Amino acid sequence: MIMTAPMPEPTAKAETRDRVTNPLSGVLERSATNPNPDPSLRMDYIRVSNFNFFYNQTAQVLFDLNMDIPERQVTAFIGPSGCGKSTLLRNINRMNDLIDGVRHEGDIQINGHSIYDPYLEVISLRKRIGMVFQKSNPFPKSIYENVIYSLRVAGRKKKSELDDTVERSLRGAALWGEVKDRLHESAFSLSGGQMQRLCIARAIANRPEILLMDEPCSALDPIATGKIEELIHELKASYTIVIVTHNMQQAARVSDRTAFFYLGRLVEYDETQKVFMNPSNPQTEAYVSGRFG
Amino acid sequence: MFTSSQKDRPPGETFVWFTAMGLAVGLLMIVGLLGFIVWRGVAVFWPKPVAEIRLKEGAPTFRGSSNVVGVITKQQAIDARNLSPEQLSNPDPTVRIEKQLFVGNRNYFGVSYVYFNAGDIEAVDYPDGILNIERMEWGNALVYPIALEMKDGTRVDASDPAFPGRFRDLLSEVNKRRAAITRIEKGKIGKINHRMRELQLDERYLARQKTLTATQEQDLKRVRERIRELQTAYDPLAAQALALREQQSDHRLLFRLATGEERSQAMGEFVHHFWPNRMSVFKKIGQFLHHVKEFLIAYPREANTEGGIFPSIFGTVVMTLLMSLAVTPFGVLAAIYLREYAKQGPFVRAVRIAVNNLAGVPSIVFGIFGLGFFVYFMGGNIDRIFFPRNVELGVPTFGTGGVLWASLTLALMTVPVVIVSTEEALAAVSRGVRQGALACGASKWQTIQTLVLPASAPGILTGLILAMARGAGEVAPLILVGVVALAPSLPVDSIFPFIHLERKFMHLGFHIYDLGFQSPDSEAAMPMVFATTLVLILLVVVLNLGAILIRNHLKRKYMASAF
Repeated sequence: MIMTAPMPEPTAKAETRDRVTNPLSGVLERSATNPNPDPSLRMDYIRVSNFNFFYNQTAQVLFDLNMDIPERQVTAFIGPSGCGKSTLLRNINRMNDLIDGVRHEGDIQINGHSIYDPYLEVISLRKRIGMVFQKSNPFPKSIYENVIYSLRVAGRKKKSELDDTVERSLRGAALWGEVKDRLHESAFSLSGGQMQRLCIARAIANRPEILLMDEPCSALDPIATGKIEELIHELKASYTIVIVTHNMQQAARVSDRTAFFYLGRLVEYDETQKVFMNPSNPQTEAYVSGRFG
Repeated sequence: MFTSSQKDRPPGETFVWFTAMGLAVGLLMIVGLLGFIVWRGVAVFWPKPVAEIRLKEGAPTFRGSSNVVGVITKQQAIDARNLSPEQLSNPDPTVRIEKQLFVGNRNYFGVSYVYFNAGDIEAVDYPDGILNIERMEWGNALVYPIALEMKDGTRVDASDPAFPGRFRDLLSEVNKRRAAITRIEKGKIGKINHRMRELQLDERYLARQKTLTATQEQDLKRVRERIRELQTAYDPLAAQALALREQQSDHRLLFRLATGEERSQAMGEFVHHFWPNRMSVFKKIGQFLHHVKEFLIAYPREANTEGGIFPSIFGTVVMTLLMSLAVTPFGVLAAIYLREYAKQGPFVRAVRIAVNNLAGVPSIVFGIFGLGFFVYFMGGNIDRIFFPRNVELGVPTFGTGGVLWASLTLALMTVPVVIVSTEEALAAVSRGVRQGALACGASKWQTIQTLVLPASAPGILTGLILAMARGAGEVAPLILVGVVALAPSLPVDSIFPFIHLERKFMHLGFHIYDLGFQSPDSEAAMPMVFATTLVLILLVVVLNLGAILIRNHLKRKYMASAF
């Protein structure tokens, strides 16, 4: 079953709009009132079904992917460069929309709702999904303003709310103790590892449900990496985390489930322990044991 | 061991010399031009000694006298074609040299500058008693004072030690009185005149109507009443000014010219004085600074060849600032659309090329466009809609050149510079920052507004600096859209609504052209040309420095991340 990108059908329009204005609204309400909802996990929280992705009409980079990413666990994407793991990650919050000429087939659903629903504003989607990039990208603003950026663009102005968010997010990113006395200094005064944790704080400031991390430690030294891995471990309790990494040890250390991609296809996807200890596919075994890639 | 030899030199290193030479030639030209202008411009203000020259027996005399007094301004070889055979064969080389002398006293001599053959000079002396007086009219006077003739009939002889002090006091008295007259005439009388002019236009307009309605009759009556009222308010002020003006000629200075004639002039005709051959270096520096100050803050006199250039400086600054205010939002918005929103393709490429080519259009073409579009079309329509009375009387308000239209014309001319530099600045903002903002749930416009624009502000300001430098120095288009050699009033004054964007204005660039090529006495105007050029260059530097300071501040604020 291949679903093409759903374009709004004129007849379906009125009906759909009545049905659901924001497919994630239920999720938002839940997370806004209670950041740690009921412990019964949804194992198909992010569902990728029959997903194909093209950079232009002919260059296909993802081939017929099917996978379910569980709620409040860490899922690691591994694979050699160019295997499409980052592309898939960036499709989850539709960052790939920014590239001219891209095209997809199939669907990605979050909590049962398609992210390609034509009545879903991509901005409201991104507000529910935090993202941390490979290169830390603090804004040329103060630490404080960096953290509350997502609240600012959402038009929130209440000082107490902003202050609370800054403290909560920086504590959440294990940075509060280091910067609490210089919140109004430039974000560029921080070290590389601190900057990346600031970006994590920024990503979680809006209480997203999902945290996407695109090789968050590849530019950091081992100590900073250790801190961020520890942080990922803590964040797992509240967020569904998807992490792309080139570092096999890191994937083994931080993730609950691991997906191995090769040449745009999902080769193996299972419990991390199983993928690393007892892979069912010989390609996976070769990759995790360092024999290729 | 490595030994250095010609062979080891990496290929192409010699080209470094070419690049260095290119820079050196450029720098040399810039430094040479600037140095020349600065030297000649500053020299204008330095008080120079005044020489008394005695000519040889039998040499051509100056107005029947063999004594001449003046400032030696130039010394040059005589063109060989103008030399007689005797002069050419004369063993004394001085006969082939001529000296230019600034003799002043133009009302008595008819000329300001005289040339002498250096061979005809018997002796040069720098007598102590020469007085250099700057006058309201006819330029400077170089005279030997004889006495002050006071109103009450008493005299103070020049030999009296009290003479210099007495003269100085009288001069400051007439200057104060002149300022008071100006205050009355420009301030109170100016306001009355302004209102009077409006009322007279009303009267003329109403009087032209064939049939008047009852309300119009009323209006006409009221207008005439108001005119009479203003006239009664005007008369005592005019009388007051006239009385002050008469006091200006209470005391007179009797003096002797170098040619021996004795003359006298009322103190009120003098502005400043100094004793050119009596000054210590410090006094000269003081006098120099005084001249500079006068030049910068005074109004021009004598068809701009005397006095200061304040209205031109003011006009240039107002015009440049207005232009910046117009060009920045216009250029920045256009660049944002072109870079951030427009779908990059052949059409956008064509637009970009067209914008770049706009920078190469001759500025006079922009002037013609400004005249046709801004002045005649926009100004004409504004007049028709808002000033129908003036249109009927044939008195244009916005439908004629003015500082607003000149600024907009220059804004149009400089907009490509701003667009190009803004586009480059926008393109330089890193993708990481943009994606980070979008991932936070910002819309594209929010991303641009909160992050991209602040980060590209330094680049935008660089474009504005270039635009200002080009706009401030431009003259050709201005001639068509509102610049004049002598504007009766500044575009900003104390008459409501205080900022008069429709007024014609003076501009340093046009001032230079007018002095250098339109003035009746080009020799007398030349020093002013250099001084004005220097001021224009300094003004552009100051405006740019302001923008650079803001840019550096922004750069520090939005310094891009180190990696």
